Amino acid sequence: MEWVNAIVQGILLGGLFALFATGLSLAFGVMRFVNLAHGDLAILAAFLAVSFAATLDVNPFMTMALVVPIMAAGGYVLQRFGFNWSIGADPLPSILVTFGLGVVIQNALLERYSADSQGLDVGVFETRSIEFTDDIAVGWFPVLILGVAVVVLVGLQLFLSYTRMGRAFRATADNPSTARLMGINDRNIYAVVMAIAFATVAVAGLFLGIRQTFGPTDGPAQLIFAFEAVVIGGLGSLWGTLLGGIILGVAQTVGNQVDVEYNVLSGPLFGHLIFLAVLAVRPSGLLGRRDQ
Amino acid sequence: MSGYRISRRTPESTVGLIGFGALVVVLATLPWWDSDGSLQTPLVVILYYLALAQMWNLLAGFAGLISIGQQMFVGIGVYGLLQMAEVGGVDPYLAIPLAGLLAAGLSIPVAAFAFRLRGGYFAIGTWVVAEVMRLLTTESNDLRGGDVRALTRESLGGYSLETRTNAVYWLALALAVGGTAIVVLVLRSRLGLALRASRDNAGGARSLGVSIGRAQLITWVVVAFWTGCTGAVILLNTTSTTAGSAFSVTRWTALVIFMVVIGGVGSTTGPIIGVLVYWIIDEQLGDADAWRFIILGGIAAVMATVAPKGVYGLLQQWRPLQFFPVRRRLAGGPGTGAPPVAEPESVEEDSR
Repeated sequence: MEWVNAIVQGILLGGLFALFATGLSLAFGVMRFVNLAHGDLAILAAFLAVSFAATLDVNPFMTMALVVPIMAAGGYVLQRFGFNWSIGADPLPSILVTFGLGVVIQNALLERYSADSQGLDVGVFETRSIEFTDDIAVGWFPVLILGVAVVVLVGLQLFLSYTRMGRAFRATADNPSTARLMGINDRNIYAVVMAIAFATVAVAGLFLGIRQTFGPTDGPAQLIFAFEAVVIGGLGSLWGTLLGGIILGVAQTVGNQVDVEYNVLSGPLFGHLIFLAVLAVRPSGLLGRRDQ
Repeated sequence: MSGYRISRRTPESTVGLIGFGALVVVLATLPWWDSDGSLQTPLVVILYYLALAQMWNLLAGFAGLISIGQQMFVGIGVYGLLQMAEVGGVDPYLAIPLAGLLAAGLSIPVAAFAFRLRGGYFAIGTWVVAEVMRLLTTESNDLRGGDVRALTRESLGGYSLETRTNAVYWLALALAVGGTAIVVLVLRSRLGLALRASRDNAGGARSLGVSIGRAQLITWVVVAFWTGCTGAVILLNTTSTTAGSAFSVTRWTALVIFMVVIGGVGSTTGPIIGVLVYWIIDEQLGDADAWRFIILGGIAAVMATVAPKGVYGLLQQWRPLQFFPVRRRLAGGPGTGAPPVAEPESVEEDSR
């Protein structure tokens, strides 16, 4: 029964990984941009929530209404007036810029908040659960995270498929210079993509902060999990990202269960090994197109 | 018959090589005139950072392999030497090249995974592999990476403290000079030509029969070897370690990247400038560890955007000096003032 529970919890954890991976996947899909500060931005959002909740004396859940728009605006400005300069055929500048930014965020958080772990306490909602059997209990909060992840991914898919702006996204992804000839401002498109990426990762960061404690240097681990979800699912496939997140979540919780029972390998290590196995057997990912 | 010939020498490269040689001689004799070690102690760190910087730059600046997993090779070198000296009873100095060979050997299966990814995803992929190695080292009952492990007196081979201190210094110097020499030799060889041709125009290079994958793999293995040797010497300098510090992404990759980016990616002189700039900043900051990363990371991020070729690139705009003879130029030929056709050591902005 512990194993069934581990799988159920893993699927729910997968929702969080998928939410982390969405922005990474979208930015890569539209502009071939890999943001190495992605995980650090999530942690930054969680710390912002800590500060807002303390100053405004509200439930951390409410701070989402402030943190998400602030992060989205930050993403737009940063892309429009910063990252856009580093986009080109050569991936080196963008990698260096975002890697540097990530290290700066980590250390600025260390200076401001110290290395102590923080948590976001949202009250009873966090701990309330539905008990199916004695061994299997599903928390409301993890279900909410998975639900939000599905809504975000469906929403994004519909946005890309049916709106004018979504069409512009796809056109720019296929060929930026032709899109420009058709009157699309690709620099603006990139900035909007980054705003969406920042908004989703801010939501993911807040959920992470409610789920568990976090510290200033936890960002890179989240970046790595998000990246693994993207690669397992397949580059350029939003549904793949959800599937990849769930597979990674299950791998980690089952890995933890293996660790508990047999004392070998830890959860994250198990997840990494599943990722490497997918990379070896099917480098284009489970739902990715072969040609990518 | 035309009298054209290929030349790599420039006046300043002759001066550069003589100056570099003289500097190496001065540095090599340092233990005899810097008796209190006030220069020797910080120089060990600066010199092995220069070795790491040259190796990362060879990968990212020339071979198009942007690795954020260099700490895996350092960690393999550290634990390789530790195990060989502690468990195997191998002389610690003999264990240095053996640790390098171990890193080179392990880099081949790593490449089998990581080379399936490109650009930014290659970067994170190498990071994941390094993370896996750190976790395995931490959880292994033989390596005990979760505990602090130190080299014992016996495993240090019974050499006196003074001998060991000087040996570590000379080894660090050899790693720095050798690392620079490796980059120069690779760039002067066919391999370097293949790497730069692929970097500047992958399709064109392939159509001329350049096998980019093979050239990248050779470079990757060479870099793994030298970085592994550097890791082994780092352990001889500190004499104790944990998996966390041996496989540290901030120490062995982030700092190194910042140095190279500030000095200049994709040039041989850039890493040297970067390491010197780091030394100056580091001396000013003292113990302010977080601020060190904020300042260096901030400068590197801004430089990568506005001056992608670093301090050396800015220097080149002012005066195109070439201190290392790695560029091929067409010289001689009929008539004077034949247009000097030079292959760029760095990619020009407009050719991207």
